[in-house]
Order: sequence, then C-alpha cells, then structure tokens
Amino acid sequence: MHRVNTIIKVDDRENTQQHGQKKLTDLEKHLLNDFQHNLPFVSRPFSEIAKQLGSSEDVVIDTLNNLKEKGFISRVGAVFRANSIGASTLAAMAVPMGELENIAAMVSSYSEVNHNYQREHHFNLWFVVTASDEEALNNILYDIECRSGHPVMSLPMLEDYHIDLGFDLGMDFKHREESGV
Amino acid sequence: MDVAVEYKLLSDEAGLDEIERKIIYATQAGLPLVARPYDAIAEQLGISMQEVVSRLRRMLQRGIIRRIAAVPNHYALGYKGNGMTVWDVPDDKITELGQQVGELDFVSHCYHRPRIMPDWPYNLFAMVHAHNREEAMVLVTKIAALLGENESGHDVLFSQRILKKTGMRL
Repeated sequence: MHRVNTIIKVDDRENTQQHGQKKLTDLEKHLLNDFQHNLPFVSRPFSEIAKQLGSSEDVVIDTLNNLKEKGFISRVGAVFRANSIGASTLAAMAVPMGELENIAAMVSSYSEVNHNYQREHHFNLWFVVTASDEEALNNILYDIECRSGHPVMSLPMLEDYHIDLGFDLGMDFKHREESGV
Repeated sequence: MDVAVEYKLLSDEAGLDEIERKIIYATQAGLPLVARPYDAIAEQLGISMQEVVSRLRRMLQRGIIRRIAAVPNHYALGYKGNGMTVWDVPDDKITELGQQVGELDFVSHCYHRPRIMPDWPYNLFAMVHAHNREEAMVLVTKIAALLGENESGHDVLFSQRILKKTGMRL
C-alpha cells in the first residue's frame, strides 16, 4: 500500500534527470504546472483537462502515465494535510557518521516513519513520525532512543502557515530554457 | 503497515466516517489513470460515483485533503537545492511573520515548531525548493530580508539523501 522510494542519492541523479527534463513536451509542462491544484470533479476529469489544453482525453491519460513512469510525478491523487489525522512530529537526531547507516535503516524500518532524510547539519537525521495518538507517538520516539542510544529531539507542528498558491514550474522551465541550461 | 493499524490511524478525531476512510485507502496511492477514475473507485467500494465525489469534496472543504492533483517530484523535475530553512523569531510575532513567509511562492511548507533550548533555538520552519544550492541561498536571503530585525538567527539544512519517502501523509 505504501510506495517507498528507498535511498535516492540526490547528487547521483542530477545528470540523468537534467537530461530527462529536456524531453518534457508543452503538454507535459502544462499538466505539471496547471493541475497541481484540483482535478476537476466531473465524471471524466481528464477529458475536461484535455478540453482546456486543446488535447484529447487519451493523450492526457497517456501523458500522465508517462510522467509517472519517468518519475516526474509521484501520483495523481490526494495530498493529505499533515496532522489532520492522528498525532505526528518532526524528529531530529545528531548521529555520529559511523553509526548513521545502521540508525537510519533502523528508523526507516518503522512503518510509522513516513519520511526520513539525511541533512547536512549537526542534527543529521530528520524524520516524520505519525501514530494513532500522542502516547503511541511517544512510545515510538522512546523506542528509537533506546535502540539507537542517542536522544531524539521532537518538534511537533504548532501552527501551519502554508498558503497553497501552487508551485510555478512553468516559470522555472522558462527560466531554464532562457538561460540555456 | 497492516490495514488494521492504518484504520486505527484514521481516528475519530478527524471526524471521518467509514466511507471516507475507505475512499482514503482506495485513493492514497493515486487515482487510477483511466477515463472515469471516480467511477472506478466507486465500483471498487460498491458506492455511487456521486458519493465518491461529494465525500472527496467535503474532505477538501474540511482541510483533511489539501488537494487532489498531479503531485510533482521536485528532484526528478530538476529541483535539487531543497533546503529546510529554520529561523529564530519572536514568539509574539510568529503568526504574522509565518503567514508572510508562507505566502512566498518558493516556500512549499511553513510551520511553527517549538524551540528546544539550548540545542535548537529555531521556531519557524520554511521549506524552499530551487534548482541548486546557490539559487536556494538567494531565496534564503529573500526570507531574511522579509523578516528583517525580527530574526535573531537562522540556518539552512540541505537534504543529502532521501532515506525513506512514502506517499501517505496521514
């Protein structure tokens, strides 16, 4: 049920992804840029999108499938608001480099951990834990502390200031093309 | 995660009923990319397409679902300068300042989180996405300029590796 992208080495992917990006068609750019908000709530939403873009339903569906296969989109579906359900927190640990691989793998092994990132900082391991309630959440954090031998800093969200104006990929593609990158 | 645990996660606090929970589980990995995706979900759950749509709409209105859309993968699209920027701002001004930072088009998430003294003095988090680190640092200076004298310190934590990322954000 979970799609887990394990161990993506960001820097290693750079060249292949830039190469791949040049192949994006205008339709792909529009689909990526214009439909980050809401898919039309009609019986045939892709037909509706096709009308707006001067394309056909089949082409839109094929293009979305292709974008998904190429990894440019992770899915076409619902994005849930963090913290709307259950109890969750952003947790951070300062782990010695020699122990990082083992501890990171141990942390990732929890099904309650949905995001786990290595970051460049004294606090080098950052992960999101989501559980049914506060008590279950604290038990997992305590468990990770015991198993790793290092303290876990818990930074639950207190307020969300995000205003969903979308992410203007089109501007950036334009900039990219103009700058010849 | 087994289904029983996942069901437990969708606690009654969110006010979800049985049908809404089923719709969430049927759609969390994405809608089927077919001509009539809502009908496909409806058929799977044994309810009408109208019911699927009206439940999704209500979950959107209640803020449980943020949006139903194509979810871009920033890394694959060439955004490799992804930084978690963290800021120390006065607690009595954080709501106002947080809203201003959250409105910036290059900020994808903006949250108030607690300070943990003495290790962690930062109470405002803003995720920025740029093509590379240099570009990301320009965005950081824009946030710094916006916060001005309200800021007592900041840091940027770039992601080195994604160790795990699942679609479910419950």
